[in-house]
Amino acid sequence: MKVDMAALAVFVFFFLLITVMGFAAARWQRPKTLAQIDEWGLGGRRFGTWITWFLVGGDFYTAYTVIAVPALVYAVGAYGFFALPYTIIVYPFVFAVMPKLWQVAKDNGYVTAADVVHGRYGSRALELAVAATGVIATMPYIALQLIGIATVLKALGLSGEVPLIAAFAVLAVFTYSSGLRAPALIAFVKDTMIYIVVIAAVLLVPSKLGGYGAIFAAADQAFQAKGAGGILLSASQETAYATLALGSALAAFMYPHTLTGILASQSKNTIRKNAALLPAYTLLLGLIALLGYMGHAAHLQITSPNDVVPALFKTLFPGWFAGFAFAAIGIGALVPAAVMSIGAANLFTRNVWKAYIDPGADPAREAQVAKITSLVVKLGALLAIVFLPTQFALDLQLLGGVWILQTLPAVVFGLFFGWFRAPALLAGWLAGFAGGTALAWVNGLKPLQALPLGHASVTVYIGLLALAVNILVAAIVNLVPLKRVSHA
Amino acid sequence: MKASAPGWKLWLLLIPYAGLLCVPLYNFREPALFGIPFFYWYQLAWVPIAAGLTWLAYRSVRDEG
Repeated sequence: MKVDMAALAVFVFFFLLITVMGFAAARWQRPKTLAQIDEWGLGGRRFGTWITWFLVGGDFYTAYTVIAVPALVYAVGAYGFFALPYTIIVYPFVFAVMPKLWQVAKDNGYVTAADVVHGRYGSRALELAVAATGVIATMPYIALQLIGIATVLKALGLSGEVPLIAAFAVLAVFTYSSGLRAPALIAFVKDTMIYIVVIAAVLLVPSKLGGYGAIFAAADQAFQAKGAGGILLSASQETAYATLALGSALAAFMYPHTLTGILASQSKNTIRKNAALLPAYTLLLGLIALLGYMGHAAHLQITSPNDVVPALFKTLFPGWFAGFAFAAIGIGALVPAAVMSIGAANLFTRNVWKAYIDPGADPAREAQVAKITSLVVKLGALLAIVFLPTQFALDLQLLGGVWILQTLPAVVFGLFFGWFRAPALLAGWLAGFAGGTALAWVNGLKPLQALPLGHASVTVYIGLLALAVNILVAAIVNLVPLKRVSHA
Repeated sequence: MKASAPGWKLWLLLIPYAGLLCVPLYNFREPALFGIPFFYWYQLAWVPIAAGLTWLAYRSVRDEG
């Protein structure tokens, strides 16, 4: 493939810029020491409204989103749009739940969701279940960010694994040295770039393609010619769409990377204000999703739906702007990957290392263990992408969504009422985790299950179904008289 | 959550769920807006509405610290 020098130059410039910023971040807001897990892993819990807005925005709306949502919309149509209702209804949930979680964490110096669970129930087993689920759900998510970087590197004409490894080495080293401050600072650049790219695309692309009416008509024709998908949902897709949106919204802030952004905020009102301000990114996501249809209107010839966004920018914009867009996506992968590795490292350090291996670890030791773990986590994701089939990471990430949702009862219920006991929540988690995995497996690793309803059938998101089983089992076990379960 | 006077505003947070999870309410093409089918602009319109409702809820609880 021909390398566009203008595009490559712009791309390299922005990568160098954020590399410098990543290292300089250690000095930002001048902590007395970074040798403390609160400072390295939560930025000292001092992030105000705007930093939190950029950080959570940069961390939740990942590079993979920018690639995969339009790709799904390109491939199947309206169904791929479920990301929009999902990222709207997530915020009332954040508003109602996260300030309470933040307060508990702040009062007790907790760094992870599993810390909160252990503090509330005093159960090491439940703590481990929540921590392990968080780590294994996050690993494939980091791998997906690598797929995002690899996609834009391919579009730039850079082949082989060396550029990918170089990009990730940069990420690994600045995360190690600066902790959460690095992605927080880089998020300012990343998010600003993404806003510029998307606003330019939304304003300029329709005029090149004959307006939105023509774009939707082209997509409609493409789906009809293909005989699958459509710009509206089929009747059987409606419940799938709604349950996917709801299940994803409930799961989103159970992930270690999103929770890390929440716990790093300065106050409860920081979180509440952000629940009202973060939807600005959702608007952006909705517009990004429409790029999938623009791909049909531009008659792109692509081999994989994942190439629709890079191909669209290469076809419709000058090289330097395509390079800018690719840099935005590439940097957009580094921010969430950094926060994900920090969140997973915090979980391992606090809820496995400190709980089982070195209970006497002081905060400086914790920070050291977390820094090394963040390197191991990223190396694992890199090896998975280089050596395993890409589909493996995609399947695992999908299962990860089902799994992380099963930690919701343990993490959230205890914040509001005290009825459930640890053994019941553990039994529920196990039932939801195993049941959800089995259901996804028999459906060919698809997240949807058809349920008979009278003589019709409705299709629902397996994660939500597993959550219902989880809560039901927890309630039943909780009703078993205390005597018989008191030693469980 | 307090049961005091402004507490009712927290119920506003449920409205986006009703508006977006009842998919048959909006799964159609007309009326289109600037060539964008109803299905799409209806959901996009919920972004500022949900943000506004959340802001109202925030104003009712921000003094609780």
